[in-house]
Amino acid sequence: MENVIPFKIQIISIIGSLLFMFFIFRLITKGKLREEYSIVWIFCTITLLVFAIWRNGLDLIAKMLGVYYAPALIFLGAIFAIIIFLVHLSVVNSKQHAQIKLLAQELALLKNKLEEKENENK
Amino acid sequence: MVKTEINKHIKLLIVIPCYNEEESIGNLLQSLQSLSLPNVSITALPVNDCSKDNTLSVIRKHTSTYLNLPVNLGIGGAVQSGYKYAYKNKFDIAIQLDGDGQHPINEIQNLIQPILNNEADVVIGSRFITKQGFQSSTLRRTGIKYFKNLNRLLLGITITDSTSGFRALNIKALEIVNDYYPDEYPEPEAIVLYHLNNLKIKEIPVVMHERQGGQSSIRSFGSIYYMMKVTLGILFIYLRLKLNGKRHTL
Repeated sequence: MENVIPFKIQIISIIGSLLFMFFIFRLITKGKLREEYSIVWIFCTITLLVFAIWRNGLDLIAKMLGVYYAPALIFLGAIFAIIIFLVHLSVVNSKQHAQIKLLAQELALLKNKLEEKENENK
Repeated sequence: MVKTEINKHIKLLIVIPCYNEEESIGNLLQSLQSLSLPNVSITALPVNDCSKDNTLSVIRKHTSTYLNLPVNLGIGGAVQSGYKYAYKNKFDIAIQLDGDGQHPINEIQNLIQPILNNEADVVIGSRFITKQGFQSSTLRRTGIKYFKNLNRLLLGITITDSTSGFRALNIKALEIVNDYYPDEYPEPEAIVLYHLNNLKIKEIPVVMHERQGGQSSIRSFGSIYYMMKVTLGILFIYLRLKLNGKRHTL
């Protein structure tokens, strides 16, 4: 019994990781995800896959770090990664905000210039 | 013989940021057209910040010189567009005049006078020097007092009305705001920007009216958010300019 349940979950997590990886690759090939953002996701799926296959790995690392309850390490790692990625997205967002502002202003100034030229030619 | 002009001819741009101001912008543009100042050529530049009402068609009826932003940028982005226009078209002075009719156009001469006299680079029209005219609500006055103390603490200068948008900028100031101008609620932050770029700021007393139409960019439910946002904005722009040197571009 003790051996069956972890085996089941192992299969599920391997399949899950592979599906996720397939999903990411499909997004990249369809051009819906830029390569620079995909690196993070590919790295995530590889990590997931590694620990899905190498079951004792998590326990080993947890013991090495002195973490009593191994699954807590997953949450810690996952939450940390999510926070870092959110900050990264905020940075990207802020940059785009500034770029859109600049583009809108340049566009308005150019439209003004164009209309002035058209009025002159009339 | 050509007579040389004694007084240099000054090019003045009046930037009018407009967001849903169809009720007041027409009157404002009309009264600006009849405004004339000695030795100053005046150009009014309404900036339509993607209004949802008929502001654009009202502007078009009155003038062919205007900016029409393709997306809503907020007051800071709209005003900066006007300042960029002024800088790129080599205006000597640009003033900001709100589209809601709060700012008195008969005070424009007084507002630009310190720049003409070379006494200041930035002139701010303040409601609180002579305490006449529309004085805003108690809550807002408390906020403005807080900004006054914050500025005094950080910069060592006293600005009695740091939220006033009624301002005149000379070419030196325009060069700076062409590069960077704060986005949301820009007025108090801009003071830090000007001061740390070694511009001379001067306040003059003005009498303001109550708004004729439209809505303030600061509404009551957002006042706490406003205070926090502006305080952070002031502190960050202060640190940024102190740490990275004077010029700032994102």
